[in-house]
Amino acid sequence: MPAISFQSISKAYSSPKGPPGTTFLAVDHVSLAIEEGEFFGLLGPNGAGKTTMISMLAGLTRPSSGSASVLGHDVQKDFADARRQLGVVPQELVFDPFFNVREALRIQSGYFGVKNNDAWIDELLENLGLADKADANMRQLSGGMKRRVLVAQALVHKPPVIVLDEPTAGVDVELRQTLWQFIAKLNKQGHTVLLTTHYLEEAEALCSRIAMLKSGRIVALDHTSTLLKAASSNVLRFKVDGELPLALAAQARITGRIVQFPAHNALEIEHFLSAVRESGLLAQDVEIRKADLEDVFLDVMAQNKGSVHGVGVTA
Amino acid sequence: MSGLQTLLYKEMLRFWKVAFQTIAGPVLTAMLYLLIFGHALEDHVKVYDQVSYTAFLVPGLAMMSLLQNAFANSSSSLIMSKVMGNLVFILLTPLSYWHWYVAYVGAAVVRGLVVGAGVFVIAAFFTHIGFAQPWFILAFAVMGAALMGTLGLIAGLWAEKFDQLAAFQNFVVMPMTFLSGVFYSIHSLPAFWQGVSHFNPFFYMIDGFRYGFFGVSDVSPWLSLSVVGLSLLVVSGVALQLLRSGYKIRS
Repeated sequence: MPAISFQSISKAYSSPKGPPGTTFLAVDHVSLAIEEGEFFGLLGPNGAGKTTMISMLAGLTRPSSGSASVLGHDVQKDFADARRQLGVVPQELVFDPFFNVREALRIQSGYFGVKNNDAWIDELLENLGLADKADANMRQLSGGMKRRVLVAQALVHKPPVIVLDEPTAGVDVELRQTLWQFIAKLNKQGHTVLLTTHYLEEAEALCSRIAMLKSGRIVALDHTSTLLKAASSNVLRFKVDGELPLALAAQARITGRIVQFPAHNALEIEHFLSAVRESGLLAQDVEIRKADLEDVFLDVMAQNKGSVHGVGVTA
Repeated sequence: MSGLQTLLYKEMLRFWKVAFQTIAGPVLTAMLYLLIFGHALEDHVKVYDQVSYTAFLVPGLAMMSLLQNAFANSSSSLIMSKVMGNLVFILLTPLSYWHWYVAYVGAAVVRGLVVGAGVFVIAAFFTHIGFAQPWFILAFAVMGAALMGTLGLIAGLWAEKFDQLAAFQNFVVMPMTFLSGVFYSIHSLPAFWQGVSHFNPFFYMIDGFRYGFFGVSDVSPWLSLSVVGLSLLVVSGVALQLLRSGYKIRS
């Protein structure tokens, strides 16, 4: 039985553009199964539908069609059992200003009917570096600390399935390290983890399998290692002072002075370098590196550039 | 504690942590009304023969405070959680719509009763008030608070901004409570306004509640009990339906 299962799930929102009745499919008939014990990454640009999928799984949003389940429990028909199996770290940095950290965790624990949970709460506080903040009011915490509490709240009822929606957005390196160590430990203990993140190096390091989402549809789904193998194996990277000719620039990924070309062999590398030289520019700090998940991601997104999925008109 | 008990406890803890604002403040306001209106009108107004005007005022003021605070509790809790986004902590739990209803309305009833009792206890220092029909007092207090807690829940679900809620409070709840016979008997009104008052459910809550103290009322307490009970059933049905459909909380 999959830990998480989406069956042809869709979510339509009314579109602010176009005539009345125009709808926009934020998620477009997605089917996906995540097995127990997996560390799964859901990647995609902003607006791809990642958060909508998670919201449908968590019962925050109702699907327009299709269904989702957590460990075999349908998230709508059997919502209470589905939610007991699920711990969700929301993307927004939200908190209840009336309570301190320990109170917030005890209350969250109580919602799930978990009694005498102080030992686990202490363990969570310790593992997330919150032990000295247990009696601090939520208002007094920094953004990073609030994020840690959100993670603790999601885990307080020991859910077998953990969903993290961009948990490291805008947080410091220390928290990222602490968080990933802890989540990786939970994953080793058998918890299933579904992660969305913009930090592709995190996904590459942590996730055994990855789905890439664009315009509400899955455009790539495979083991991380297979995705990396399928991409161009090397990347030529250098710096230039000046603009590349348009034809050359179209093949490159350019970030300020840094230019990167996907290259499969020495011939291609020679070709790019000579093209740069012929355009009167000098390539500096030249290096050839292995392709990473970011290259794969950009390749996949570029291949699906013309995608117009997701726009429709309701009858 | 079960999930329902936890939500109820959290909702009560929320107002208890700011008790100065949620309990002491409303009690003080009611006391000021009592002192000023009682002092100004004691010798000029006589509503019931055996009852002084100050004594007449106390149940009305206690009920008015009870109703307004029951409404304020559920509505402000919901709108704050919606605006701050922390409602998600409850939305992610296995709690059913029935649990939500019982916890939010239950906490509103408790706050309403605490404020109402506070008004009554302090007012007892100023004037003597009897308990002619204690069961009516209890029934109207609990049902009135539940009715207003439920209305607050509906308003809290509906409102998206604080000013929408304030509009509901200032333009619906306040006028209806003030015009319900807190400060006067509707028999002192012109015939037309007497008729209008009979369409105000707040009038029945206050008239029935006052009957519990004095054994006299403008209309039969059984009629009042029926109107309040029926109103509670109707608004509860609406609130449960809104919660079940996830109105403005689950997209």
